[in-house]
Amino acid sequence: MSKNIKKYFPIFMLPTLLAFVIGFIVPFALGVWLSFCKFTTVTDAEFVGLSNYIEALKDPVFLHSFLYTTAFVLVTVVVINVFAFAIAFMLTKKISGSNFFRSVFFMPNLIGGIILGWIWQLLLNGILAHWGKTIVYSSTYGFWGMVILLSWQQIGYMMVIYIAGLQNIPGDYIEAARVDGANKWQLLRHIILPGMMPSITICTFLTVTNGFKMFDQNLALTNGAPSKASELLAMNIFNTFYGRNGFEGVGQAKAVIFFIVVAIVAVIQNRLTTRKEVQA
Amino acid sequence: MKKFKRFTALGLTAALAVSALAGCGQKAEETTAAPEQTEAASEEAKEEAKPEAKEGEGKVYYLNFKPEQADQWVELAKQYTEETGIQVDVQTAASNTYEQTLKSEMAKEDAPTLFQVNGPVGLATWSDYCADLKDTEIYKQLQSDDYALIEDGAVKGIAYVIETYGIIYNKKLLNDYFAADWSTVKSIDELNNFEALKTVADEIQAHKDELGVLGAFASAGMDSSSDWRFKTHLANLPIYYEYKADEITKTDAIKGTYLENYKNIFDLYINDATCEKTELGAKTGTDASSEFALGEAVFYQNGTWAYNDIKDNEVADEDLGMLPIYIGVEGEENQGLCTGSENYWCINAKASEADQKATADFLAWVITSDAGRDMLANQMGFVTPFKTFGDYLPTNPLVVANEEYTKAGKTPVSWNFTTMPSEEWKNGVGNALLEYAQGTGDWANVEKAFVEGWKTEYELANKE
Repeated sequence: MSKNIKKYFPIFMLPTLLAFVIGFIVPFALGVWLSFCKFTTVTDAEFVGLSNYIEALKDPVFLHSFLYTTAFVLVTVVVINVFAFAIAFMLTKKISGSNFFRSVFFMPNLIGGIILGWIWQLLLNGILAHWGKTIVYSSTYGFWGMVILLSWQQIGYMMVIYIAGLQNIPGDYIEAARVDGANKWQLLRHIILPGMMPSITICTFLTVTNGFKMFDQNLALTNGAPSKASELLAMNIFNTFYGRNGFEGVGQAKAVIFFIVVAIVAVIQNRLTTRKEVQA
Repeated sequence: MKKFKRFTALGLTAALAVSALAGCGQKAEETTAAPEQTEAASEEAKEEAKPEAKEGEGKVYYLNFKPEQADQWVELAKQYTEETGIQVDVQTAASNTYEQTLKSEMAKEDAPTLFQVNGPVGLATWSDYCADLKDTEIYKQLQSDDYALIEDGAVKGIAYVIETYGIIYNKKLLNDYFAADWSTVKSIDELNNFEALKTVADEIQAHKDELGVLGAFASAGMDSSSDWRFKTHLANLPIYYEYKADEITKTDAIKGTYLENYKNIFDLYINDATCEKTELGAKTGTDASSEFALGEAVFYQNGTWAYNDIKDNEVADEDLGMLPIYIGVEGEENQGLCTGSENYWCINAKASEADQKATADFLAWVITSDAGRDMLANQMGFVTPFKTFGDYLPTNPLVVANEEYTKAGKTPVSWNFTTMPSEEWKNGVGNALLEYAQGTGDWANVEKAFVEGWKTEYELANKE
């Protein structure tokens, strides 16, 4: 068997590996290198050392975006996971039409971020018009607008993962707990939640990284207005790169910082939740 | 059975790999961000050109800035290829993405041989890539050096279209106003300063139901599809008057002498408008142009290029007029419309000799041949600064309006926004204007973004 695996390894791995190298490793290395350069086009760069990083850390908007994004991630991770879990819990009960509702909740995930952004911009502005305001009135409006938008988009996706997790909990555990006289809360707390930890790990990981990386919804919904106050990190990087002549390298440096932060957060989160996983 | 499984697995892996790789290839192509139609069309042109294209003759790749004329450029390129056998590819960057597209296209092996910069500030970014155009036909045929970007004696860019903007107005509605018994201003000749403009706008706003309009001015939308009308075009006027007073053509620190006037005109736009000023953040360029085109607003600040969006609606061509943007400066009765260019052709100095020559030849053909001149003047509706266009008179009523002002001896306002330090500066002013309009910020922030922003942005954009 292991001989077979060795024999077929190149056939299975090579195409993906090649795609991974071309589409990920090379651009990543190039990107890191460019963060130390001054350039207009990416093929024509000149090494300048750390000055891009110094410039990036001096930018007050970058720091604001950083905090704003962190707050955004905290809120969305909680909202999305709580709602996705609750809906998954409901839809695994024997209620009629649960399959239909599963599809309905999953549907928003099939629409692209830009389009969703514009649809929600129309909706939210339509509601805010009653008070003569718009979504760009203040960064708080933009913040909650984006929370609503991202939650609406992602709850369905996370719900699917949670449903799979719920269905994987062996029925005899639950039955045994019931026989032992556990009430509903105890059942959830001591049987279901521990059994769900693998799904929770995946879902929090996805929501944390999606929150940090969010760009197109931000672009379509608020475009950073007013005065960049609702600019998330990814958008701040984009705007730095294209906004000003000579700042391409600074944008690149911000992107590298961004990568490191997200990687650290994701690793910590992974450690924390995996530790709670139990072997069923 | 086992064999079959293995076989399917292999097949599936292969299919997956292929689609993954194909995905990669596609992404690279998509970065041009060209409208699909153009891409398909230019693809067509490419194919037809291939059998005829000869070795060593060079080829042309034009990265076009104006999406409004995307199809016409492809058509023109096709005609040229049919006539000479030289391959001409045209790509158009989607609205508002030209700099992004240019940056990524320039990094490619087949970089554009012909591209555009938007004036001195744009040139600063691309100067190394701009060949000297001194010996080209397009420079020889240029009416004056005012339309060329000259740096250290080298001609780096040549304007190919002259455009004009001002306050577009609906003559029919304005005549209704002049005829009304409650109006103070009685003819268009009296409407030649800010005071009169404000009176007219205020009175129209007060009697909007009688005139059957929603407001005097079309909404001054601060969405990114529309805010350039204020953060760039309207901001040109205080800059123009300051440069004029100080007798300079550019500066590293603006004083903001005429910012009070800027405030007055902007106040007028947002108060006498079709919508509440708190709603401006959501209004788009399309909103404003449709309000005007449907006769719901009397005034609409925009330029000659807006004609295509207005025509064939409620407002007849003969009812279209354009007023200078009066901001209340001494002697503005003689002020004309804002005329200039932010579209300069540049030939890529890093392209091969043959390609550069082919590009120069193509441009010469565009401005001298009947086909090229007809396309530019009649189909694209351009007013060009070339001597060869003597017989081609414009049909665009907004262009005609400008000629009338020039004939009447009014002084056109030059386009000084090409000297604005960076995109960031414009965005800063735009954001401050939005917050001022919706009431979350005050005018001091606009002044700060305008004056202090200019200084810091100038330093940041020009540091070495």
